[in-house]
Amino acid sequence: MDCDVKIRARNIDFYYRRSRALKNISLDVLKKRVTALIGPSGCGKSTFIRLFNRMNDLIPGARVEGQILLDGFDIYHPKTDVVSLRRRVGMVFQKPNPFPKSIFDNLAYGLTITDVRDKEFIEHKVIDSLKKAALYNEVKDRLHDNALMLSGGQQQRLCIARCLAVEPEVILFDEPAASLDPISTRKIEELLLELKNEYTIVIVTHNMQQAARVSDYTAFMYLGELVEYGDTERIFTVPKEKMTEEYLSGKFG
Amino acid sequence: MRHFRETIYKWIFSVLAFASLLFLTGIILTLFVESYPFFVRHDISESIFGLYWYPTYDPPEFGMLTLITASFVVTLGAMVVCIPIGVGTALFLQELASASQRAVLKPLIEILAGIPSIIFGFFGMIVVAPFLQRLLGIPTGLNAFTASLVLGIMATPTVASLAEDAVSFVPRSFREASLALGANRWQTLTRVVVPAAGSGISTAIILGIGRAVGETMVVLMVAGGAAVIPHSIFDPVRPMTATIAAEMGEAVMGSGHYGALFAIGLILFFITLAINIVAEIISRRFRLKLGLGR
Amino acid sequence: MKYKTIHTAEPFTAHPGKAIRMSDFSQALGFLFLGACAAFALFFLGSILYFVIVRGAPAISWEFLTSAPRKAMTQGGVAPAIVGTFSLTLGAIAFAFPLGLACAIYLTEYSPKTILVNIIRLSIANLAGIPSIVFGLFGFAIFVKVFGFGVSMLSGSLTLGIMALPGIISASQEAILAVPQSYKEASLALGATHWQTIARVVLPSSLPGILTGVILNVGRVAGETAAIMFTAATFYTRGYPDSIFSEVMALPYHIYALMTEGTHPESQTLIAYGSSLILLTLVLVVSSLAIILRQRQRRVYGL
Repeated sequence: MDCDVKIRARNIDFYYRRSRALKNISLDVLKKRVTALIGPSGCGKSTFIRLFNRMNDLIPGARVEGQILLDGFDIYHPKTDVVSLRRRVGMVFQKPNPFPKSIFDNLAYGLTITDVRDKEFIEHKVIDSLKKAALYNEVKDRLHDNALMLSGGQQQRLCIARCLAVEPEVILFDEPAASLDPISTRKIEELLLELKNEYTIVIVTHNMQQAARVSDYTAFMYLGELVEYGDTERIFTVPKEKMTEEYLSGKFG
Repeated sequence: MRHFRETIYKWIFSVLAFASLLFLTGIILTLFVESYPFFVRHDISESIFGLYWYPTYDPPEFGMLTLITASFVVTLGAMVVCIPIGVGTALFLQELASASQRAVLKPLIEILAGIPSIIFGFFGMIVVAPFLQRLLGIPTGLNAFTASLVLGIMATPTVASLAEDAVSFVPRSFREASLALGANRWQTLTRVVVPAAGSGISTAIILGIGRAVGETMVVLMVAGGAAVIPHSIFDPVRPMTATIAAEMGEAVMGSGHYGALFAIGLILFFITLAINIVAEIISRRFRLKLGLGR
Repeated sequence: MKYKTIHTAEPFTAHPGKAIRMSDFSQALGFLFLGACAAFALFFLGSILYFVIVRGAPAISWEFLTSAPRKAMTQGGVAPAIVGTFSLTLGAIAFAFPLGLACAIYLTEYSPKTILVNIIRLSIANLAGIPSIVFGLFGFAIFVKVFGFGVSMLSGSLTLGIMALPGIISASQEAILAVPQSYKEASLALGATHWQTIARVVLPSSLPGILTGVILNVGRVAGETAAIMFTAATFYTRGYPDSIFSEVMALPYHIYALMTEGTHPESQTLIAYGSSLILLTLVLVVSSLAIILRQRQRRVYGL
């Protein structure tokens, strides 16, 4: 069982200025599975996954205690190279955030920053990633149009494709459908289910049905604490904790 | 009665609102009217492209090309100084300065933008010019190079401040997306943030150019004042603004010289007008591009 | 970001072979360049302050601040120039403030979306970009000559006022637009008329912002030279201006004149340093005040 753990978080505490945003969280993310983090807004689920690719480094006054291991290696070790970590752990954000560049350039960006110059390779990779993100057919005739011309749902799939082009091992989704309409959301969810064969996926969502539809494992967080973590089906049918049950039945949150 | 009062107020305000338009038209009309006699008596293209500015000779010559060239050279030189330093300072503030450093530096730069140009002219004349003269072993420190340097430094806070605004308008999400893809901070800055803020930065630069072209006191005091086409950047020059300032006092009203100075003012006016329009167009495009609305 | 942890595992890198990545190298170089830019800008601007303060301070004395120049500008003080600068600035603001505020109120509160209003906006934007020397030409031709005010405080104040107008308008507009829509709606919903809402709700809550904008422009007006060269300023007057039609001395022009006219460069330079220090202090105090006030207001509005 242990060999299947991709990310292991051990006793994580996260402080922002004086407040303690995450309280002693330990959680294992399994390889090539979809793990969902649910909970009411402000419970710290976004903060938590942003630790996995060290995006919280950008916040002044933030501090982490505890350990996060990626394939057994400590990502908060002083010698850890953040840039290579982020290439292994990709992220898709809540609001689609394509660069104000062409569709092609958006996808090529992750490659050109590592000084990949081979044009053929880049083009192949761009098309391949667009296909994987189920966007290729919609944009194949306008690869050089500005990415901001796309619809919100297309933009989000573009961001997923952009992330895939870097060939990450883990992809973090921070409420990827929060700003999208139901049809676009549906498409993103289908995509997630396809991607889980190849990637380890962690998704934050406040939409319980979404968690139930796409994830294998679910973690319920409340006020910075991990309340319950386990098999999605079990969590949704026979939650152990009373708090989880109340949240799932819509009593709060 | 109440309704009547409301209408009156509205009318008062709308009449007063026209003041700016009135003044702008007034300025344009004045420049045209006062320079009209000059244009009647002298061939326009001969004046604009003439090489010799001898307004007090008999017969006088009003070749403005030397003055226009001087303005152009000095402005270009100022840009060479203030674009890298101004934009570099803006990026430093945005990317490298800590929150507390920024809290001090940003207002400081704005305050420095308010130093009167006469102080720059004075400083250039009394400190920079002698210093450069000794350092470079040139006959006079009052030349195009010194003027460019001082002018460039003077425009730096303006450019830095506006460019910093433009860069700070770039949504944080762009930056996050780039970092999450494994780009380092420099790559994120140069390939995502600066291109996204590009037209905003251009607007800052163009407004800096506008400030440099129209600046009078610095060039009047530091550029050296020789109305000849410069052969090197260490030659003294006499830009358009300096010419007006230096000669207006001695020009006889209604004379050709007087008209010629207004003609220079007119040229200056159109140059800055064009600069403003370009800046406006670019900044509008910038706001659209980043989805900031108008 | 700080962390405290027991390191049981080894660190990893994606490029175990390469010690330094090219991109890290260019990052270091790039950041060095940015630092150098900021350092150079601060160095140069700092050295201006340094020279003016260090060399100007010896010139400052009670006599320097309160007496008129004597012995062909080589001795005495600059009191008439200080008084002149104050009165020119005051005059300019007295002219531009009501006009600019009225214009801002019209543009933000009344303006119908017509071509005419767009033309007004455009003319404000363009007025802001005109070089001060062109304002000087205009002031000379219109106020000095056509209106016959002569080279006087009145001509100079009007010229400076027109120059300050666009700045005051846009600062006032910004302040008025920052008033939350809900305030206005609350007032209108209580049955107040449009004008009552403007006068009792909009203006009082935007007043601090408007005044800040005005103060910021005061600094610019006080330091302006080119616009008053042939509309108001004179190198030397015996005493203080006695009416709005008299010529005045002004600090900026005085500095220019000391440096370019006269026959005693040595003693004139010291006076020029002293005058520069006074002008600089004046302008910097005023603009710092405005900027500090503005930052405080931004915090209040949560901007």
